[in-house]
Amino acid sequence: MSARPVQAIVVGTSAGGLRALHVLLRGLDRALPVPTVIVSHTGSSDMGIFCELLAHYSRLPVEEARERVRPRPGVVYVAPSGYHLLVERSGRFALSIDAKVGFSRPSIDVLFESAAETWGSGLVAVILTGANHDGAAGLCRVRACGGVAIVQDPATAEAAAMPEGALALAGADHCLPLEAIAPLLNRMCHA
Amino acid sequence: MRGRADIEDIEVELFVRAMQLRHGYDFGDYAPASLKRRVLGLVHSTGSAHIGDLTARVLRDDRLVPDVVAGLSVPVSEMFRDPSVFRALRDEVLPMLASYPVINIWQAGCAYGQEVYSLAILLEEAGLYERAQIYATDFSDAALARAQEGIFPARDARTYSENYLAAGGRRSLADYYHARYDFMKFDERLKARMTFANHNLVCDGVFCEAHLILCRNVLIYFNDALQDRVLRLFRDSLVRGGFLCLGSRENLEMAASARDYVPVNRRARIYRRAVRDL
Repeated sequence: MSARPVQAIVVGTSAGGLRALHVLLRGLDRALPVPTVIVSHTGSSDMGIFCELLAHYSRLPVEEARERVRPRPGVVYVAPSGYHLLVERSGRFALSIDAKVGFSRPSIDVLFESAAETWGSGLVAVILTGANHDGAAGLCRVRACGGVAIVQDPATAEAAAMPEGALALAGADHCLPLEAIAPLLNRMCHA
Repeated sequence: MRGRADIEDIEVELFVRAMQLRHGYDFGDYAPASLKRRVLGLVHSTGSAHIGDLTARVLRDDRLVPDVVAGLSVPVSEMFRDPSVFRALRDEVLPMLASYPVINIWQAGCAYGQEVYSLAILLEEAGLYERAQIYATDFSDAALARAQEGIFPARDARTYSENYLAAGGRRSLADYYHARYDFMKFDERLKARMTFANHNLVCDGVFCEAHLILCRNVLIYFNDALQDRVLRLFRDSLVRGGFLCLGSRENLEMAASARDYVPVNRRARIYRRAVRDL
């Protein structure tokens, strides 16, 4: 499936994302050997509360991503509100306040595209429920760079537009109901 | 297709080299990921075929340079962006500055000037504006020209007003501007103590002896080495005990010169230059 071991997981979601992330994070292995990086459009100006809400259901620690920091294995990072989150080729986080992309900042596309160029075939990207098409272009880049694309089955999504948009533009290596995504990630990471 | 990304990375390097050799602008220490996005944005906005095409054009056509520089400079902000930071400036910093007979403030990377006018209003309401001198700098002449006009789109008025009130504003923001057609034009009197000047943090030196420096969300576009250089430059520009205000998500952990600063309000990213001898 992927040419080299998984190095990182990136996740994009918007409407319905909090509940979907609960299910995803609850299912992730306590000893996940890679970092997980999330962009969620929640409209909240303080992602600290969002991180706490996620941590409640997660067996992995959840933190807001900080610029210049290298993401650590087994930690879940959430993009801060109002900033684009990027991954440098060095593998460290960077932030920008450049214009919104597809009406969004943070933008899933911006994270996915930079992560794809950094981690290549070592990247697994996940698109969950959401009400816009952010992430579709980013998922294309992930696949073009050799990474693996997982899209939540739109029929099981609270808002189908985001997974539908991703499937239409990028396609997917796996299109699964929400509950099946974390077990697949665990298997891929321990393969 | 991994190859395509690699070609673009090479092209960005060549573009940076061309801007340096031909026009004297050095983007070599900018954070690569967002620089690449901005360069690709310029490829799009200038109708170039690819980055190499943009590079070839900017080498031969000087008229493109202002647009390129504007496209690679500080993005547009809002007035009172992150209101809690302006509240902290109002409540924790201005009272300390009030003891100086003259208050020098340097806004480094002022873009279109939203924060400069915010600052002027803050000082005005604290009764300090008459004693203040605000130096607003940017390396983009186009941005400086816009900032000097003090004209912003009326569609932003609502956000700006909400931010102003959340920052502890004592009047109505509308008291400070005239609405004209689709624009709001800020009062001339707010400009009385503003000086606009071209300054490039990448290569220029100490600008003034400042009691407060604001430089929000500029260093996030710089690599560690340039971030450190600019923090040293700010230290050398600040009076002892002078204040520095950075963007709310900036991280100084990688910078050696961070030791020259003492946090005053960590959340608002407000620091003071250490008083000890350096």
